[in-house]
Amino acid sequence: MSSPTAARVLAPVGTAGKLFAFGLDVGRGLFRRPFQTREFLQQAWFIASVTIIPTALVAIPFGAVIALQVGGLIKQFGAQSFTGSASVLAVIQQAGPIATALLIAGAGGSAIAADLGARKIREELDAMMVLGIDPIQRLVVPRVLACMLVAVFLNGMVSVVGVAGGYVFNVVLQDGTPGAYMASFTALAQLPDVWIGMIKALVFGLIAAVVAAYKGMNAAGGPKGVGDAVNESVVITFLLLFVVNFVLSTIYLQLVPPKTG
Amino acid sequence: MGVEIKVDDLTKSFGKQLIWADVTLTVPAGEICVMLGPSGTGKSVFLKALIGLLKPDRGSIIIEGTDIASCSEKELYEIRKLFGVLFQDGAMFGSMNLYDNVAFPLREHTKKSESEIRDIVMEKMDLVGLLGAEDKLPGEISGGMRKRAGLARALVLDPEIVLFDEPDSGLDPVRTSFLNQLIVDLNAQIDATFLIVTHDINTARTVPDNIGLLYHKHLAMFGPREMLLSSEEPVVRQFLNAQRVGPIGMSEEKDATELEAEKDMDLPPLPPIPLQLEPSNGIPRRSQKPPGEWCREHGIDPPPNSFLPSSALGT
Repeated sequence: MSSPTAARVLAPVGTAGKLFAFGLDVGRGLFRRPFQTREFLQQAWFIASVTIIPTALVAIPFGAVIALQVGGLIKQFGAQSFTGSASVLAVIQQAGPIATALLIAGAGGSAIAADLGARKIREELDAMMVLGIDPIQRLVVPRVLACMLVAVFLNGMVSVVGVAGGYVFNVVLQDGTPGAYMASFTALAQLPDVWIGMIKALVFGLIAAVVAAYKGMNAAGGPKGVGDAVNESVVITFLLLFVVNFVLSTIYLQLVPPKTG
Repeated sequence: MGVEIKVDDLTKSFGKQLIWADVTLTVPAGEICVMLGPSGTGKSVFLKALIGLLKPDRGSIIIEGTDIASCSEKELYEIRKLFGVLFQDGAMFGSMNLYDNVAFPLREHTKKSESEIRDIVMEKMDLVGLLGAEDKLPGEISGGMRKRAGLARALVLDPEIVLFDEPDSGLDPVRTSFLNQLIVDLNAQIDATFLIVTHDINTARTVPDNIGLLYHKHLAMFGPREMLLSSEEPVVRQFLNAQRVGPIGMSEEKDATELEAEKDMDLPPLPPIPLQLEPSNGIPRRSQKPPGEWCREHGIDPPPNSFLPSSALGT
């Protein structure tokens, strides 16, 4: 059991366990008072400010690509009137949460990991603990909540911008009829699609913030350690988010039957 | 009035690498102790174990009846309110200015009004000579100022135990002796228990009541200042007098051939023991002992010229 090979093979399991334990600590810190409202608002504003513009810029081509692809395909079936419906479905169910995930992990998560990592190597976190303040409650919990909140808002924004982008491309470039695009909105899409998009965004925000905080707080070895922590946190978050997205989508499609137009 | 720290049989290793083993000592309440040791002997690790930032593998650290090494996290956060810690680089919060840094513990732990906080913060800033710099960010000031600001923050909750992690590293000699004077004055003023981790010999020789020496993964000696300064024990003697001859080599320990080569070398005589640094108002500290008392009590002749006013360096 204690052979070096076994230890090396089992190391990732240990890391996963520690990450999970950290997540539980955060969950416990969530209910500890006083709640850091100021820090929460500051962080929410900060995360929003680093993600809004990139997200909007990503959402437009996302919507456009879907509109172009689906539009081209659907034309061959002779069902142009369903273009709007298909692009709404694709944007809200998949593209919205995925674009949100990319930006939350890439911009928000990396900022959190860098911030906490720098504090860790400058002994600020140690100093905080010595002053009798739990950094998880004081710093991590507000960041996780802020990240979740901003993720939900971003998801909404991606959905709106994506659908609008799809509309512009469909109507202007593909000579679609504006009325048909609008009218078919609800043909395939349904209300639970919006809910699942929001739930996904919430979960993605949680995962991104927890991973980033965990990596940041465990940075070691000077400035290079902070760089490594940021890098690892973004990569791990991406991997986790795509897996979780797949799992959530599968569960959703099983639970909620697709609407038949 | 200061709190006693009782360390018993403490052992710590990182993975397979043993840092130190079986460290047993009692830091007496209200006294100043210095923990010495060559670089890399785990002095800072010892300090971190004392505040519960690192869990030791074995042993206990008893403060006011609570064992830091095995108590729950909640108790740990409670007991830490007794501590004030000065970190090596001050560990100031980079996003706040000095005023907010020093006010931080007050805002988090007390329900004082902003004007009361202002009074306390200004008093501590004055104490460390940083009045006028309270609007600066930690990134904009020198290392020495950061250290003094860290000291102000450590003192703001009126701690019972103050730990200093290398207060003199990276400071010029003048600032170091000012800081040493400040430490002695502070001890006279607040009567807290002080533990200083350092490898500055002058600090170790003149400031503390007790000295401990960590060497080769164990506590070589711990006791009153005069006991260590008059000790003939090779490691203690070599380190406290900054000599090359002795068991400590460039990399941890010397090997047999090196020791053989210096076997016949005459050890230089022990230098005189300097007077202990007195508080600047001249009133002796509560825990201060008259010079030469320990030597007289234990029938040890101090090195010649000891306890002469001129032999004290840096006063």
